[in-house]
Amino acid sequence: MRVSEILQILDARIICGEHRTDYTIDVAFASDLMSDVLTLKNDHVLLITGLANMQTIRTAEMSDINCIVFARNKKASREMIALAEENDIILIECRYSMFKTCGLLYEAGVKPIF
Amino acid sequence: MEHHEFNIEGGDFTRAGYASSQVKKMLKQMGVDVAIIKRTVVAAYEAEVNVVAHAYSGAMYVDINREEVKIELRDQGPGIEDIEQAMQEGYSTASSAVREMGFGAGMGLSNMKKNADELHIESEPGKGTRVVIRMQLNATTGD
Amino acid sequence: MMTVADIVKALNLKVFSGAGGLDREVSGGYVSDLLSDVMGKADAGQVWITLQTHKNVMAIASLKDLAAVILVSGYKPAENTAEQSEEENIPILGTDKSAFEVTGELYTLIK
Ligand SMILES: Nc1ncnc2c1ncn2[C@@H]1O[C@H](COP(=O)(O)OP(=O)(O)OP(=O)(O)O)[C@@H](O)[C@H]1O
Ligand SMILES: [Mg+2]
Repeated sequence: MRVSEILQILDARIICGEHRTDYTIDVAFASDLMSDVLTLKNDHVLLITGLANMQTIRTAEMSDINCIVFARNKKASREMIALAEENDIILIECRYSMFKTCGLLYEAGVKPIF
Repeated sequence: MEHHEFNIEGGDFTRAGYASSQVKKMLKQMGVDVAIIKRTVVAAYEAEVNVVAHAYSGAMYVDINREEVKIELRDQGPGIEDIEQAMQEGYSTASSAVREMGFGAGMGLSNMKKNADELHIESEPGKGTRVVIRMQLNATTGD
Repeated sequence: MMTVADIVKALNLKVFSGAGGLDREVSGGYVSDLLSDVMGKADAGQVWITLQTHKNVMAIASLKDLAAVILVSGYKPAENTAEQSEEENIPILGTDKSAFEVTGELYTLIK
């Protein structure tokens, strides 16, 4: 699924990587615990999280994740956006809960990781 | 063999990951395979975050050439009483502050074990911990 | 309204403990691994989806009067957590699926 579709489904705002809305994700993963995210081996993962701090971006950098949705109305700081920019990571802010965010994307056909 | 050193500050969750990020940049520049880069930096990052989360201060020492990289972390901190127990998935003594930072699942050491070609941990309770990660690189360029 | 038992059946979940609470009614779902977040934002009657097995999980579930806890990715409750779930009659359920997948299924089921 393209980032542009994700933005529409979640009625969300892209705050980093505005020019790459044609980037495509294959699977989604939802977690607030970074070591859990660091176990993933897949490519083109969408990370859905309610954890918005520098370590969210660092974790994405280390595990080659290029797209993050911050649920629960979490906001990325300027430092987070700068680090994401440096690492080609798309950041999306969404006001829905994790439950609704995951639910809407799952219904729209986004696949989980096994 | 190139040598690099990075200081790591206990409790500094803003900067945690800086050293591992530098390692990632070096490996990329050397043209190391992306899968090997990912395994290396995930192990290094987990070790780096452990110093930030569990110790007072420490450093990462990186020795790198085309064939291999050795990443050593030494910290001053509480140390690990029972390393075997600490390695178990789900075991964590992380403070509630660390849990609110997105860590404390008790998966870091087992992630390191799964990703590193070689992992060595030694610890003196009350003093500190030493972690060594070794990876084969087979890089295409660099020295 | 759906009960915890309905969800167990529909999503094929394991029941680790607290079977006495299977008739609790479910008002919705809450997905989080941050305990303070659940403390602050979860509502009574919700099913909490998490991979946290920390001992404080049941304390929070009981304080917030949650309907049940679903542990994802094959995680199992610690012994004292299971005991507390029995006492409080708040079921701890389990699945091998990830949080995203089981959330998607629950959302589709109860929305
Ligand atoms: N450098 C260290 N100094 C002191 N104790 C440590 C150190 N590294 C690990 N430990 C101990 O080992 C435990 C397990 O470490 P591990 O990295 O697996 O999990 P964690 O750091 O608690 O959580 P996670 O890594 O999933 O965020 C820690 O909770 C801590 O008790
Ligand atoms: Mg750790």
